[in-house]
Amino acid sequence: MNEKRNKSLFSGPIVAQALKASVIKLNPAVMIKNPVMFVVEVGAAIVLLMTVFPGFFDAEDRIGFNLTVFLILLFTVLFANFAEALAEGRGKAQADTLKRTKKEITANKVVGSGIKTVLSTELRKGDIVVVSQGEMIPGDGEVIEGLASVDESAITGESAPVIKEAGGDFNSVTGGTRVISDSIKVRITSDPGETFIDRMIALVEGAKRQKTPNEIALNTLLISLTIIFLIVVVTLRPIAAYAGIDLEIPVLIALLVCLIPTTIGGLLSAIGIAGMDRVTQFNVLAMSGKAVEASGDINTMILDKTGTITFGNRMASDIVPVGEASPDETAAWAAISSVQDETPEGRSVLEWMKQNGKTYDKALGEGGSFVEFKAETRMSGIDLKDARQVRKGAVDAIRKWLSAQGGAIPQDLDRHASRIASEGGTPLAVAVDNRIFGVIYLKDTVKPGMRERFDQLREMGIKTIMCTGDNPLTAATIAREAGVDDFIAESKPEDKIAVIRREQAEGKLVAMTGDGTNDAPALAQADVGLAMNSGTTAAKEVANMVDLDSDPSKIIEVVAIGKQLLMTRGALTTFSIANDIAKYFAIIPAMFMLAIPEMEALNIMKLGSPLSAVLSALIFNAIIIPLLIPLAMKGVAYRPMNASRLLSRNLVVYGLGGVVAPFIGIKFIDLLVHVWI
Amino acid sequence: MDILQIVIVIGVLMLIAKPLGDYLYHVFSNEPNLTDRVFRWVEKPIFALIGVKQRTGMSWKRYAFSFIAINIVLVAISYAVLRLQSGLPLNPSDIGNMEPTLVMNTIISFITNTNLQHYSGETGLTYFSQMAVIMMMMFASAATGFSVAVAFVRGITSKGKSLGNFFEDFVKAHTRIFLPLSTIITLVLVALQVPQTLDLTLTITTLQGSTQQIAIGPVASLESIKHLGTNGGGFFGVNSAHPFENPNPLTNVIEILSMWALPASLPFMYGRFAKSRKQGWVIFSAMMILFLVFLTVAYTAEKNGNPALNDLGIDASQGSMEGKEVRFGMAQSVLFTAVTTAATTGTVNNMHDTLTPLGGLVPLAEMMLNVVFGGKGVGLMNMLMYAILAVFICGLMVGRTPEFLGRKIEPREMKLIAVAILAHPFIILAPTAAAFLIDLGKGSISNSGFHGITQVLYEYTSSAANNGSGFEGLADNTPFWNISTGLVMFFGRYISMIAMLAVVGSLVRKQWVPETIGTFRTDNALFTFLLIGTVILIGALTFLPVVVLGPIAEHLTIR
Repeated sequence: MNEKRNKSLFSGPIVAQALKASVIKLNPAVMIKNPVMFVVEVGAAIVLLMTVFPGFFDAEDRIGFNLTVFLILLFTVLFANFAEALAEGRGKAQADTLKRTKKEITANKVVGSGIKTVLSTELRKGDIVVVSQGEMIPGDGEVIEGLASVDESAITGESAPVIKEAGGDFNSVTGGTRVISDSIKVRITSDPGETFIDRMIALVEGAKRQKTPNEIALNTLLISLTIIFLIVVVTLRPIAAYAGIDLEIPVLIALLVCLIPTTIGGLLSAIGIAGMDRVTQFNVLAMSGKAVEASGDINTMILDKTGTITFGNRMASDIVPVGEASPDETAAWAAISSVQDETPEGRSVLEWMKQNGKTYDKALGEGGSFVEFKAETRMSGIDLKDARQVRKGAVDAIRKWLSAQGGAIPQDLDRHASRIASEGGTPLAVAVDNRIFGVIYLKDTVKPGMRERFDQLREMGIKTIMCTGDNPLTAATIAREAGVDDFIAESKPEDKIAVIRREQAEGKLVAMTGDGTNDAPALAQADVGLAMNSGTTAAKEVANMVDLDSDPSKIIEVVAIGKQLLMTRGALTTFSIANDIAKYFAIIPAMFMLAIPEMEALNIMKLGSPLSAVLSALIFNAIIIPLLIPLAMKGVAYRPMNASRLLSRNLVVYGLGGVVAPFIGIKFIDLLVHVWI
Repeated sequence: MDILQIVIVIGVLMLIAKPLGDYLYHVFSNEPNLTDRVFRWVEKPIFALIGVKQRTGMSWKRYAFSFIAINIVLVAISYAVLRLQSGLPLNPSDIGNMEPTLVMNTIISFITNTNLQHYSGETGLTYFSQMAVIMMMMFASAATGFSVAVAFVRGITSKGKSLGNFFEDFVKAHTRIFLPLSTIITLVLVALQVPQTLDLTLTITTLQGSTQQIAIGPVASLESIKHLGTNGGGFFGVNSAHPFENPNPLTNVIEILSMWALPASLPFMYGRFAKSRKQGWVIFSAMMILFLVFLTVAYTAEKNGNPALNDLGIDASQGSMEGKEVRFGMAQSVLFTAVTTAATTGTVNNMHDTLTPLGGLVPLAEMMLNVVFGGKGVGLMNMLMYAILAVFICGLMVGRTPEFLGRKIEPREMKLIAVAILAHPFIILAPTAAAFLIDLGKGSISNSGFHGITQVLYEYTSSAANNGSGFEGLADNTPFWNISTGLVMFFGRYISMIAMLAVVGSLVRKQWVPETIGTFRTDNALFTFLLIGTVILIGALTFLPVVVLGPIAEHLTIR
């Protein structure tokens, strides 16, 4: 999955695979799992018998017609199989990419005081391994010692390495990822075959795909419609016989196949698989189709402020001098410390300088050697050529650094720092050698476009709640700025659970994102829990979705995909059922026309002949399936809007369209077919 | 004039239906209200006597068990009475006992609110049987249907586990609705010359000097509950076409309104229970629109008359009058036909057999749908079932899993609804096909060709929809017809009732989903049309092939 995924629907190898699979799926033992299409297959088999043994069925003069009906029925089934196989094939292609990362590798297992080289497949839960620079992590686990940067691009597609360290929320590592610096000791947390990659493979392959409740309910409806039409068609023959009309079996089978909901019956599982696939394309791993469906039903969304709604505390909004330092002097040192700093905070300082028209000696900064931010020191800076040391970092870290050098702490430092903190910002102290010049005011900034997205969510009837550790005042400001419906300030992990429970008690479905261990209970409680891949194993275990890119705001897109999945299913069901009207008007007059010439009055489409009418309806019924495959795969067009407008729009397109389209389609096909018949 | 008559009747119905719906809500809401003060003194001793002082709420299983148990007991008593009627009192005309398969048919017919009659009242039943079996069952079956519908409505509109107490609903349906209303209607009918007596059949010497037997009896009282309870079984064989059952246009209008008002008011009662009158209007409008379409078709067809007869030069200015009573005329006959099959009453004031083919298609189609107002409670339940189906199919299109009145529609509900939507076409089409396959069935058909198909189809449709009107022209008092229609009536009533109770039994326990702007709305005009569309696509198209073979083929071939 490193490479950009092939977004094309019909890439060569997948289509070839799907064509093969659609023939293999003709096996009745497999077909019976889709009762609607199974009925078509049985119908095809009966007509085939009548074609092969015409003497037995007294149908010698009908061989040509019967053969045609058989072929159309066969293709109807093949098309449906093809749709399903195509959807499955796309998942399989992804799985193959994943499998490549799952090569067998050796691991350095800690045994007693020594280290033993073993195969990764021999590792069991609880084993401890050492992974050094350049080596692949042999299995899922937790870092128990050390700190390392890890390349996780194999699963996330993101090339920038991530830091993994013992303790805290960033201690989980995934098998198949590579350590690119330092060395860590890892406790293995899953047995072979149960690792994260194994689960991903199983999911995208669709091997473990279970029907969702809504699919089961819809299937029930489709099956009962099929049985109803079976009753209608079976009883029609003896009733017609009373009026002296002999109905031919292939024509009755044609009527049956046209009436039963083959369109949706053939595409239903493809829609489900494709919906899951769309989520995966988005680099979100849904643990079940049910979770994707539930995300369409979400009423309330709980979002962390930091990282989701805002960038986090990292945009410089002011630079405040302390002690006797002048504003310009302070700003200049802040800028010099940031010249080589590629972090968003560092860049935002330079941005602030530009916006406020401040100047500084850029060459001075560029000439020095950069001191990178480290978790232990919690500051970064520059060692200038003249041996002066410029540092910026957390106020208490700088203070510690300074007192180590015997520098004095200006009296107003704490005042400014705590004011900034109380306003929801983060103060960064700037120091040169033993003197503190001032404080950079890093302010939280709402991500661009968030407001519009919350407006869209509100339009869809989804309430947003922002969770933040900030005080109520700051929280209210950000909430207003972002346009969320509600917020919880000074929230503790248990507050999230309380909110989820409260919302659920009102019957609402709640979605949330989280990464830390203390998010795990809330993730489990939520109806849709999206864990960040960078998060802890505990969080990933209980969540029903994992975002491989660790972008918490993706939950909004996941909801949209869930809704789109449900809409696609509803639209195609409506379309399929609405098609019946035209098919009735094609086949019924044709069926009775020979015995009752007056039936011509019902032939409102003015189809050429009874035979061509039956064949045209059947052909339409067959080719509509492949024509709708792209729609089933991509999902219906979806823009966030309220239910009434969505419904009116979809009803016109798929309801009215479903009534009208077959009239046009069948008439058009009849014009072609009638040339021969 | 014709259209004016129809408009006035519909206008009066619209005036009555809503307040009546409010009244029904007060009766069954079980919240203290004015009706308690009026009726408590009658009900208290009844509840004390039958031992349901506590009147605790019942689960759907208990509710279903209770109503079935009551029906079984009543069936047993009635069976004994009909088998032994010649020896029982009030038999002045010395009528004999009834033949067993006919008894079976009659009893199922009346307990299921069908009132398909394979006997003729004046010669087949004693006065005692008319009162103790026929009238008693008319009350009981109507009250049963009403109770089940109320339980269904409670289930989809309330939280908890209980659907209410069957015995309380059953008693209240009698004391607060059917007994008072039928008393009033009886008195009005008596005032309008409908007989109400236990006297012997009259023997009259005609002007020519020959003697003639004229049957009379307690007609008015049966007539009132026959319509109010949408029962439809006549005192006399020719039902409401008989001058003693329905002497003049005024009684005709009263009978139309009394069978139509309660089914038409149920949607409004449902609206009150749902705490949204709009929901009630949606259901009512869907029913009314379908009804008006059917009425228009029937009226136009009858107005144009039978082309074969018109070609002979017969005056068709009155419309087709074959088989209709001159005292009602075309308009009142067509309206009566449309209402009696819409409300699945089954009383007739003209011969449906002699309606024009399309005119005859209308009653057939209304019974096939069984949602155009529909019988006592059953029509509302069926319409709500279609509403659930409409929500299930189209609800997905707003991007949420389907929910109706705040409850998710899930596999369990769909399975139960599948049972109900499967049963109806099956019990109509399967026996129809069977009747044409075997001589026992075919032997009774009096017409060949398409009209013969319609005769048989009508008989089973009427049985399945628990309507009970006959197309007539079918020699149906034979064991084959008695038993087959008996079974169809039985399954037609109980399968869907039990399945529907089970649906709400499941819905009532569900967590409510709050309504947001993202929710699929079921209280606006758009949903009314969706509902009609669903009824047509799923309910009506099923029967199209067979209808084409019957009335439509007949219509096309006689043009």
